[in-house]
Amino acid sequence: MTEKIGVYVCHCGSNIAGVVDVVDVANWAAEKLGHQGVVIARDYKFMCSSLGQELIEKDIKELGLTRVVVAACSPHLHEKTFRTAAKNAGLNPYLVELASIREQVSWVHTDKAVATAKSKAVVSGAVSRVIENRALDEIKVPINPNTLVVGGGIAGIQSALEIANAGFHVYLVEREPSIGGHMAQFDKTFPTLDCSACILTPRMVEAGTHPNITLLTWSEVVNVAGYVGNFNVTIKKKARFINEELCTGCGICQEKCPKKVIDDVYEAGLGYRKAVYTPFAQAVPNFPVMDKENCTYFEKGTCKACEKFCPTNAIDFNQQDELINIDVGNIVLATGYDLFDARRVSNYGYGRLPNVFTSLEFERLSNAAGPTSGNIVLRDGKTTPKSVGIIHCVGSRDRNFNNYCSVICCMQGLKFAHLVHERTGATVYNFYIDMRTAYKAYDEFYQRVLEEGTLFVRGKVAEVTDAARYSNERGKLIIQTEDTLAGKQRRIPVDMVILSSGLQPRKDAKEVGKLFGISCSMDGWFTEKHPKLDPVSTMTEGIYIVGCAQGPKDIPSSVAQGAAASARVLDKILQKEVALEPIKATVDQAKCSGCKICNGLCPFNAIAFIEDDKISYINPALCQGCGTCVAACPAGAISGTGFSNEQIIAQIDGLLLRNLEPAEA
Amino acid sequence: MTDQFEPTIIGFTCNWCSYRASDLAGTARMKYAPNVKLIRLMCSGRLDPTFVLRALSSGADGVMITGCHPGECHYIEQNYKALRRFLLLRRVLNGLGIEPERVKLVWASAAEGARFAAETTAFVEEIRKLGPLNWGKADDGPQATDHDQPSFAHGKEMEVPA
Amino acid sequence: MNKYLLYPGCSMESSAKAYMESLNAIVEPLDLHFDEIEDWNCCGATEYLGINLIPAYSLIARNLALASKQKNGTRTVVAPCSACYLNLAKADHYMQERPSLGVKVNEALAAGDLQYKAGTLDVRHLIDILVYDVGLEKIRDAVVRPLTGLKVVPYMGCMLPRPDYQHRWSDHEHPTELDDLLRALGADVIDYPLTTSCCGGHMTQIGPETAFELIRRLVSDADGRGAQMMVTVCPMCQMNIDAYQNETNHFFGTEYHMPILFFTQLMGLAFGRDPKELGIGVELVSSRNALANIGVEVPVTQEPAAPRKKDEGLPMPRRWNKREAQKEAVK
Repeated sequence: MTEKIGVYVCHCGSNIAGVVDVVDVANWAAEKLGHQGVVIARDYKFMCSSLGQELIEKDIKELGLTRVVVAACSPHLHEKTFRTAAKNAGLNPYLVELASIREQVSWVHTDKAVATAKSKAVVSGAVSRVIENRALDEIKVPINPNTLVVGGGIAGIQSALEIANAGFHVYLVEREPSIGGHMAQFDKTFPTLDCSACILTPRMVEAGTHPNITLLTWSEVVNVAGYVGNFNVTIKKKARFINEELCTGCGICQEKCPKKVIDDVYEAGLGYRKAVYTPFAQAVPNFPVMDKENCTYFEKGTCKACEKFCPTNAIDFNQQDELINIDVGNIVLATGYDLFDARRVSNYGYGRLPNVFTSLEFERLSNAAGPTSGNIVLRDGKTTPKSVGIIHCVGSRDRNFNNYCSVICCMQGLKFAHLVHERTGATVYNFYIDMRTAYKAYDEFYQRVLEEGTLFVRGKVAEVTDAARYSNERGKLIIQTEDTLAGKQRRIPVDMVILSSGLQPRKDAKEVGKLFGISCSMDGWFTEKHPKLDPVSTMTEGIYIVGCAQGPKDIPSSVAQGAAASARVLDKILQKEVALEPIKATVDQAKCSGCKICNGLCPFNAIAFIEDDKISYINPALCQGCGTCVAACPAGAISGTGFSNEQIIAQIDGLLLRNLEPAEA
Repeated sequence: MTDQFEPTIIGFTCNWCSYRASDLAGTARMKYAPNVKLIRLMCSGRLDPTFVLRALSSGADGVMITGCHPGECHYIEQNYKALRRFLLLRRVLNGLGIEPERVKLVWASAAEGARFAAETTAFVEEIRKLGPLNWGKADDGPQATDHDQPSFAHGKEMEVPA
Repeated sequence: MNKYLLYPGCSMESSAKAYMESLNAIVEPLDLHFDEIEDWNCCGATEYLGINLIPAYSLIARNLALASKQKNGTRTVVAPCSACYLNLAKADHYMQERPSLGVKVNEALAAGDLQYKAGTLDVRHLIDILVYDVGLEKIRDAVVRPLTGLKVVPYMGCMLPRPDYQHRWSDHEHPTELDDLLRALGADVIDYPLTTSCCGGHMTQIGPETAFELIRRLVSDADGRGAQMMVTVCPMCQMNIDAYQNETNHFFGTEYHMPILFFTQLMGLAFGRDPKELGIGVELVSSRNALANIGVEVPVTQEPAAPRKKDEGLPMPRRWNKREAQKEAVK
């Protein structure tokens, strides 16, 4: 049967038409590809507009088109748009093929003749291919209404609460003993200087007590199987050595535990905790965990002080790690960030010079619940600094470390300046490259700090040293910097240096990404589906990313993203079912020789060998449609819908212009 | 149009990484050689080596295969299978008397638009140096006219007397 | 036995003779074996690369080519001088990174029937192999006279850790290899923030004021921290701090007395060698008092006898008498 093909060439305003002679492409297709079945070829200003779509729909109905080729942008942008248009006109959506002449042609080439010739070839390839396209039906699968949220920082908490409040169940998994994340470590939040705990802890309690939230702290996801709507997730609940049923959270065990350990998570290494501990007083849940590595009993076999004093016998030294298996329909990743390790910038002396602090250390230092009860003092624990230097962009916007801007450091540095000024009266210097105070009420805060008398030096700090050159530098830390506004070098002696360190992807972000089947950008942050229009979705349907896991951001943005992802999840849940792309491999039983070559190729275990019939079988529910088995089958028994051999070979011929009428040769 | 040989190259790209890398190159308006025409596959593992042979015997001077970096495959590990096939294919090409360098494997993640552009341009130059491949061009299949494929005049260098 | 090819460099034969002598003294207790590269030439020091790249790189690469020809069962070239080390490493790195440079340099080398394939040798500094190949454990074991009580600042100098092409150092701004090594010898090591600051290099010849200021910073900081001596790994650093300390003192009106020795000299002392054998005592800023703290007696070097002067002064012109003066006025 001869197909009736319509070819539509988009101008995309001047995006395509500026480089490609779209009229020539359309005319050429009508003339040269007529024998292939092209019955109409049009060009139009904006094919994706409603008028453009109507044009196609009208042609399908009136001319009885059986195939459609749209030469426009990348299929990743508008394939769905044109497939829906075809569907509206009664044509199977999989009989539409996109030929990208924007991202792959007009935007990357400059010579009009060359770009036009390439566009013709691309259209020709699509026309040849679309003839081989087959009508396909979307696969509909039901959606499990439960959701998994990974990471209990503010973004994850927000996301979990939104979904739970809408009446659906959420599993909130957190690696640490308590939810709260980095925000729980802060004293004040910019620009309003609300007390971080005051605004965070009510949310934590709400999440901890919500009937629709199952809280799994001290737990990690170890395996993810399935696909959107039907994920099967295995979670490792690490042994707490505390019976949660019996524990009342009274805290006696912590009091009696004889083993003191430096707390390098919650206290950022600036304070101590016991071997059995809750990271902070308002922890949710309020059950302690036993740190097996440091517990005297686990080390030496005696002690058990906690057990002796526990009034409810909740200590259980025999507890084991537990694997929990859950089914969920959607997953939100809110795994957060790591602080840039300031020791890498060794010219700033962190780790060598005692009075150089990182931002997280300073957060603890200034926190009323921190190791110094909020007294801003030097490393000796008692001296109040008379002068403090705050260095911005540590590890960020620096080609030696991270190229990106960590977004929060400027505001963080200003907040520190304010706190130091307010509590110690010290002279404060801020060393910045550019002051970035975008967003609501941020620049006003900057103005406020300026008026308070904080001194600002614009320039990248070269070095922090204790090598004094002049008498006023003795016993001080000297900040050597370029002052780009005054156009000279400065040496500024101070008592304390705070490094406004940047944010980094979690150390294991890549492995976590792999676990959930999503990718990381070059910098290591999780990649969103679209940087502007789809910032919380990922390329893997049903997996969303929020908060700093997606890129550096402040608290308001993290909260907004958490809520945004929840709206996406609820949208999916309320649709009750999801349509999957019908790109699957199937075995033609008549052709299968039973050689089993394909069996070992499938990483999803979708291929099984049926001993009775001596043939292989592909489970469509498990098949992800990669096509590796199709390529491997020596008998040509496996075919891959949407990407069949016939389609690809036709496209090769089309691109090489071997489909032109012989008379043209 | 200059007289230099303009190779025709078919590129097979993975839907998840390298096709998106080419999207990114487009969005960033990076300029690169126009000789490669892409075919989107779901995965580099879908690449049947016969596609490459088909392309080379149908007039392509080279074939570029692109996939996700090792360890980053959207389908867990299928790019390794593509790598194995690629290595075998090069041996086969050698046996057929075709320079194995005419087929190139490039790893490019969705974030590597610049890499995609640079690798494309570099490959076009490599093929330009190798000159045209006349495998199958002499058969009786339909041929493109000069009008359709400008500047594809073959073998200028070969006509230079030694 | 650890076997290496040694590129001594020019200064080891002249200004840093003590470095060479002390190096020879520690080879045996640490079971090291050095084969000197035969017919080696000057690396061009810090100047030649600033003048003309291709001849400069060729000059350096000639040594690498000779070494790769010699290769006595090792591919590691050891340079005790920081400038030599940097030049050799630099040539190797850039010949690898820029193939066109490699081609040009090899064209030049071909004139002497030599060639060098970049990347085939490991270029390393002496302290690198002592800390990482020999190991601090073995060094500690060889110590018979710990340097306990000797307060030292470790001075690595600027050329050794930067640019760190092969990631050989713990840190390129504040490496701790020398600290660790001196600690293994039992010395009291003082944290020295200027450990990678420049000594002035050849600025002593071109712009002495600049060099004096750099030397003053180094010496005054070491002094301020209570150091009895500085310890270095670089002939250039040693020469500047030692030979120009007096002039620096003159320039600033200061009175610093900060001896500087090579780390190998201290190793030799800790291994129980005689100071004389280690070239100790020839330094201009004497280490005599510093080493007295650990009971080492530094031999007195015989100052060459100055030519004796008569106590008469120079003749004065005869004063005019009155007549002569009037006669002059009339003219």
